[in-house]
Amino acid sequence: MQAFYLNQDRMIMGKTLAEKIWADHVVRSAAGEPDLIYIDLHLIHEVTSPQAFDGLRLAGRKVRRPDLTIATEDHNVPTLDILKPIADPISKLQVDTLRANCAEFGVRLHSLGDAEQGIVHVVGPQLGITQPGMTIVCGDSHTSTHGAFGALAFGIGTSEVEHVLATQTLPLVRPKTMAINVEGTLKAGVTSKDIILAIIAKIGTGGGQGYVLEYRGSAIRALSMEGRMTVCNMSIEAGARAGLIAPDEVTYAYVQGKPHAPQGADWSAALAYWKTLQSDADAKFDVEISINADELEPFVTWGTNPGQGLPLSANVPNPADIVDAEERGAAERALTYMGLTAGTPLKSIKVDTVFLGSCTNGRIEDLRAAAAVLKGNKVATGTRMLVVPGSDRVRVQAHEEGLDKVFIDAGAEWRNAGCSMCLGMNPDQLAVGERSASTSNRNFEGRQGKGGRTHLVSPLVAAATAIRGTLSSPADL
Amino acid sequence: MDKFLTHVGTAIPLRRSNVDTDQIIPAVYLKRVTKSGFEDGLFAAWRNDPEFVLNNRAYAGATILVAGADFGTGSSREHAVWALQNYGFKVVISSRFADIFRGNSQKAGLLTIVLPEGDVEALWEVIEKDPSAGITVDLAKKEISFAGKILTFELDDYVRWRLMEGLDDIGLTLQKMDEVGEFEAKRASFKPKTLPVLS
Ligand code: SF4
Repeated sequence: MQAFYLNQDRMIMGKTLAEKIWADHVVRSAAGEPDLIYIDLHLIHEVTSPQAFDGLRLAGRKVRRPDLTIATEDHNVPTLDILKPIADPISKLQVDTLRANCAEFGVRLHSLGDAEQGIVHVVGPQLGITQPGMTIVCGDSHTSTHGAFGALAFGIGTSEVEHVLATQTLPLVRPKTMAINVEGTLKAGVTSKDIILAIIAKIGTGGGQGYVLEYRGSAIRALSMEGRMTVCNMSIEAGARAGLIAPDEVTYAYVQGKPHAPQGADWSAALAYWKTLQSDADAKFDVEISINADELEPFVTWGTNPGQGLPLSANVPNPADIVDAEERGAAERALTYMGLTAGTPLKSIKVDTVFLGSCTNGRIEDLRAAAAVLKGNKVATGTRMLVVPGSDRVRVQAHEEGLDKVFIDAGAEWRNAGCSMCLGMNPDQLAVGERSASTSNRNFEGRQGKGGRTHLVSPLVAAATAIRGTLSSPADL
Repeated sequence: MDKFLTHVGTAIPLRRSNVDTDQIIPAVYLKRVTKSGFEDGLFAAWRNDPEFVLNNRAYAGATILVAGADFGTGSSREHAVWALQNYGFKVVISSRFADIFRGNSQKAGLLTIVLPEGDVEALWEVIEKDPSAGITVDLAKKEISFAGKILTFELDDYVRWRLMEGLDDIGLTLQKMDEVGEFEAKRASFKPKTLPVLS
């Protein structure tokens, strides 16, 4: 009898936020098949879409919902001389192909030079087409960024891009859920970037595999929308399918008034729905972990995957101290690649290039934070700093606030919007052996240019590092 | 997509963990607008090293890649799968794959097999001793056999069925568009649209 009641309890047990959004988008569910999930928004860019449009054309298919689809040029566009023809013929071919495909299939496109052009994950939120409770996909792994709004958002491959274009759905297996509770208050100089770098260092680059992460706790609730986007952005770096944060007043306030935000009666209906979007108190996560925000410090990576990070005050680790043989081997290879010696204080590492930008930290708040540190200071001799706004709108706003002048006066290069040195598909690349402090999300070998060495940092650390020429936080100035 | 039933070939050991998609195919090689020709970018940075295992003539013609844990982490680029396929790989074996990579490979018809670390090690030892050792992968039986050993592996039945039938997902979903239409009819009106363009 008792067992029966227990089972009953299980059946009415609460749902996590991810499970609620999932349930609201199931078109079809059958035993032994993945669920067919409806997609509310499909974001497109030039690198992962050409083969998908080609597939449609070959099969004589149409884009089912152009009105739920939007494209932008970001990954390999130049950030200088943007109105001239793109010099690299292959980049030009990809951008031209995107333009032709969007025109042929009726997809809205924001091209280079357009006021709404920018990195796809910066553009969606600023247009207000990223909203709570949605399913959002893009042929780009950092689609997890949009999870900051309480949307289920994840990266897909090109075959899936084609699938969504043709059907506005995806067959998907329901992921497991992991709660990451970040309680406490961040110290001054510690940011959302440090939270997520610390989480990845703790759970590892495979720790989130198969899960949707839900970031919770007082330290997460205290973040601005942009800070939350930084956290969710790097969920993929922990191997997770997606990351999300329950929407709250901060979220509603951010969405309200954006061009595509609901209006009038729709706003009330949307708000009523959004308010149901939290994990129920009795919901059960497959895994829960906790992070104490009080103890966090500015974080920096020393290796070649985002999990190889430490507080800035630490020394380069000694691989000999690592027990796990595979991890030890990886650390040894990473140090060789990075040209670092165990025991070196991280703060003494000299940096050639500082990159401020990307979908992780290329938003207006990131630029403001870095500019506040740089104001009245100069970029160190022997160091160059590249500032690349995440979107053209961010660039214009920064200009209106006079931030561009702060960067230029400090000796930094002020560029047009795009992915730029985050992945070095355009001319913005590191040279062999060159070392960067970068606000982007990946420090893989060669990510920012062949042979380039990347340290991932927050915008505050990036700015302080530019001034001192060695990895630094504003407290070191 | 071709049907995948059994595959017989030789294997190449890639003794590295955390092989991310930027290593499988660096971004500078992503600029094609076709699905072919990506073999030149496969492990491009590592192939400059004459000692790298892909440069070892003894493994020429291998069709099975045996890699360390966490293969395919990083970006969602399906080009990583195409590069492996374009180069001639039919099967990748590892103790753990990144989710997006695994999903992409299953859709494109590249079989990814998860084996426990110990089995991967055993397989490495065999193919390092004898690069010409024949390996048979039987998808119906979910078995890999080599050097007189038979190992079984797990694979989702639905994925296996699709691979064995060579079925493409889009065709399958297009048979269910009535249900998609019904779902759309009930969608909330407050959900955003990208068209018309507002500002
Ligand atoms: S900024 Fe970097 S991570 Fe973000 S979409 Fe562009 S390339 Fe990807």
